[in-house]
Amino acid sequence: MKINKQMRCKQKRFEVSTASHNNFTVKFANVNGTGSSSANGLFMKSIFRMGIPVVGKNYFPSNIQGLPTWYEVRASEHGYLAPSGGVDIMVAMNAETYAKDLGEVDPGGYLLYDSTWPRNILMAREDITVLGVPLAKMCNENFDNARARTLMKNTAYVGSLAALLNMEVAVIEQLLLDIFGSKTNLIEANKSALQLGYDYAKANFICPLPFTTKRENKTDGYIMIDGNATAALGCLYAGATVGSWYPITPSTSLMDSFTSYCDFFRKDEATGKNKYAIIQAEDELAAIGIALGAGWNGSRSFTPTSGPGISLMSEFLGFGYYAEIPTVVFDVQRTGPSTGMPTRTQQGDILACAYASHGDTRHVCLYPSNPEEAFHFSVKAFDLADQLQTPVIVLSDLDIGMNDWMIKDLKWDKNYNPNNGKILGVEELEGMENFHRYLDKDGDGIPYRTIPGVHPKGSYFTRGSGHNKLGLYTEDAQEYQELVDRLLVKWETAKNLVPKPIIDFSDSNDYAILCIGSCDDAIREARDTLTKKGLAFNYLRITAFPFSKEVEEFLKAHEKIFVVEQNRDGQLCKLVAMETGIHLEKLDSIRMYDGIPICSRNLVQEILNRLKEDEAA
Amino acid sequence: MSYIKKPKILRDNAKRNELGMTYTDYEGSMSTLCAGCGHDAITGAIIETVFDLNIPPHRMIKLSGIGCSSKTPAYFANQSHGFNAVHGRMPSVATGAQSANSQMYYIGVSGDGDTLSIGIGQFAHAIRRNLNMLYIIENNGVYGLTKGQFSASADIGSTAKKGAPNLQTPIDPCQMAISLGATFVARSFSGDREQLVPLLKSGLMHRGFALIDVISPCVTFNDHEGSTKSYIHTREHINEAVYTDYIHPLSEIKVDYPEGSTLEVDLHNGGKVILSKAHKNYSPVNRSDAIRSVRESDDRGEILTGLLYIDESQADFIENENTIETPLNELSYQNLCPGSEKLAKLQQRYK
Repeated sequence: MKINKQMRCKQKRFEVSTASHNNFTVKFANVNGTGSSSANGLFMKSIFRMGIPVVGKNYFPSNIQGLPTWYEVRASEHGYLAPSGGVDIMVAMNAETYAKDLGEVDPGGYLLYDSTWPRNILMAREDITVLGVPLAKMCNENFDNARARTLMKNTAYVGSLAALLNMEVAVIEQLLLDIFGSKTNLIEANKSALQLGYDYAKANFICPLPFTTKRENKTDGYIMIDGNATAALGCLYAGATVGSWYPITPSTSLMDSFTSYCDFFRKDEATGKNKYAIIQAEDELAAIGIALGAGWNGSRSFTPTSGPGISLMSEFLGFGYYAEIPTVVFDVQRTGPSTGMPTRTQQGDILACAYASHGDTRHVCLYPSNPEEAFHFSVKAFDLADQLQTPVIVLSDLDIGMNDWMIKDLKWDKNYNPNNGKILGVEELEGMENFHRYLDKDGDGIPYRTIPGVHPKGSYFTRGSGHNKLGLYTEDAQEYQELVDRLLVKWETAKNLVPKPIIDFSDSNDYAILCIGSCDDAIREARDTLTKKGLAFNYLRITAFPFSKEVEEFLKAHEKIFVVEQNRDGQLCKLVAMETGIHLEKLDSIRMYDGIPICSRNLVQEILNRLKEDEAA
Repeated sequence: MSYIKKPKILRDNAKRNELGMTYTDYEGSMSTLCAGCGHDAITGAIIETVFDLNIPPHRMIKLSGIGCSSKTPAYFANQSHGFNAVHGRMPSVATGAQSANSQMYYIGVSGDGDTLSIGIGQFAHAIRRNLNMLYIIENNGVYGLTKGQFSASADIGSTAKKGAPNLQTPIDPCQMAISLGATFVARSFSGDREQLVPLLKSGLMHRGFALIDVISPCVTFNDHEGSTKSYIHTREHINEAVYTDYIHPLSEIKVDYPEGSTLEVDLHNGGKVILSKAHKNYSPVNRSDAIRSVRESDDRGEILTGLLYIDESQADFIENENTIETPLNELSYQNLCPGSEKLAKLQQRYK
């Protein structure tokens, strides 16, 4: 083999320095259904196990086989978890998207492709380096069956990357052992594919590249997990027993995870029976009905869904609000409107969730920003639903729910006990003359409820039609109004119970950034970048609706606030304006809504542009 | 106030059931339906049923959707738990409630509008799950609360109050239920309490989904000449296929049946359903027979009533779900939370 097939770019951008360790983005362009995700996961997890902070973003089609799919792995010594906005190495495995993939590589970057079939088109850019590895040829020569030949191409390119990035092969091999366990033939096949790719790169390219991996210890005490899994763990640890659902991307894996955790942790030892019920409903209309029925009957219940499901559930959500029934809804948001792009992320349901249903309706919403918070907010949501006797919606999104994030180990407080709110037990009911469901005895707008079947005195009638504080049907003007006004008192109480916002002050109070959810990490990175440019920003991340007084105070204290969100219409900006006393002019809405998680690179640029415009004005 | 409390008259000599409760204890608030409404008669039959079966009121959950029929759970069993859901979606609430506590009695009351139009999906899937509940359709072929539009059960040619005939094919909940695999399907008439009460008892005690479609004329909008759901038309065209009796566990069989003329079905609660055929060739334990007989009666313009089909051998919802017998809502938190050590251990797989 000829050494140095590598075609160097004319302008070399990289110089070997400490900064070039552990800071790069590798993007894999694959065809879905070819087994690439396991190999890409292997690559990412190996970096993680080398102690280097890393994150993976999956850009996949709404399809099972044959369409383009991308996976982006970013190693970041600072632990930034948003996409970098650039690509240092493109692994171009999909002929259909070569042109697009080629265009995405940052100047000075690399493109690795399967040179079994030479592609002259890939030589079109002179500012990047093209690395050809004859993956198909090598795999055809070394593996017998067709499936293995396809799959092992993926493992082979991981091998080449390992050589190029100076990765520890032992780490990758150990991971293969952990993944495949007793399947020795798979372990052997993968190991040899890994070696093929590795050896080829070593023999043909200058290894390592100017940017490499270098062992660190920054991932001790961390795990790599997606937010649907952690939300499901939250359900498990909150003591939820009834989960209803209708499969919908990107929320499906939440129930899949809950199912597997329950299978493991929630079997009755004596009988082998389930200490839970998971019901696949006929549609979202039924899924929310089941959740409400179970919540009403005293089980902690939940249903995971996405935007279209929220639309379908809206009528029942209004029922839950008015009849005061606890349950938890997870909205793993995807791109709308309508069916939209089911496998792309967005924060497009902020308003739809806040006011879901007709009439005067408002819902408690929680906005986790990553899988760690998805776990804790999941637990919190069940407590809030019980305490406030109302549906609580947790707004996650595809980025949080389906991508692997590096988060701190989840810790469980041994002393946690569910806060089930105001429930009257046998003794209390025994001592009462009459029980009335909707009396506000404590002045906090939250009445007492009973669990059906517990005591004869606890019976009451639940209805979505007009009812008075005694729980009786009414069409009386005053009685109706008295009850809906009491719900407002409860809303005020909720402001003190929901999680506090995350506030971070900088050295200057000139500007602030406000956001919710998965915008958090891009903003953290953007603030670091802007600080280096001498522009310090205060930061408010809202974690819940209704907004607590800390949100109001922060808004009042600032003259200019950038509201960053992932939807076209500035829904968060509008919600903040509607629900607080802030003047709309103080808010500057920044919206990024193409379905890709936001990156700090674009955000910094946008903020600088806005500031420049302001100056010009 | 739009809520009328029924005066409670206490009499020393009132008949009491085994729980020491009187018939009045199982009543509800005053009905606000039209005088003569078939639904009120069904309400009366339900009260008799649960009184006779000695159901502790607070162990019973009554559910409904939207419409005249769905108002009726407020008119019986005041001491039971009620859930008046959104239109057509009572089955999902019943599913959730039953998941949380399988040890309660569940009675759903719906109408032909609530079940056969907006609720047809949930109705079908509750049957498929074999949810353990008594599901009553108070079927009058018409939308009462919105003043007289045809429902999906209106027969072709049946006329509205102002004379316009219905042109669309009707949906028969019994045929639909049998073909979907329902394990208890009956039809009755609000004007025939003698037939209705044993059916309600058998249905409530049946393990699994028990559907009783009760023709229940709407006196205000659908009781005229030309309607096939009027009192007169129903009385003239009714054809009872099977006489049903329900025998509670440990109670004596009072009626003597001629040998060989009856079929006994043992229920899971220890009770029995005694079926005596009015039609020689009718077999209420054969699905194909049942569906054919209903179909043929329909073609003749007859309304076939009685317990049309029963299958006590099928697993119900809770059994199929493999849910623990102890109600989930009674499991302690300690019994549900895996604890902090297991969480730490679990996370090794994410390292």
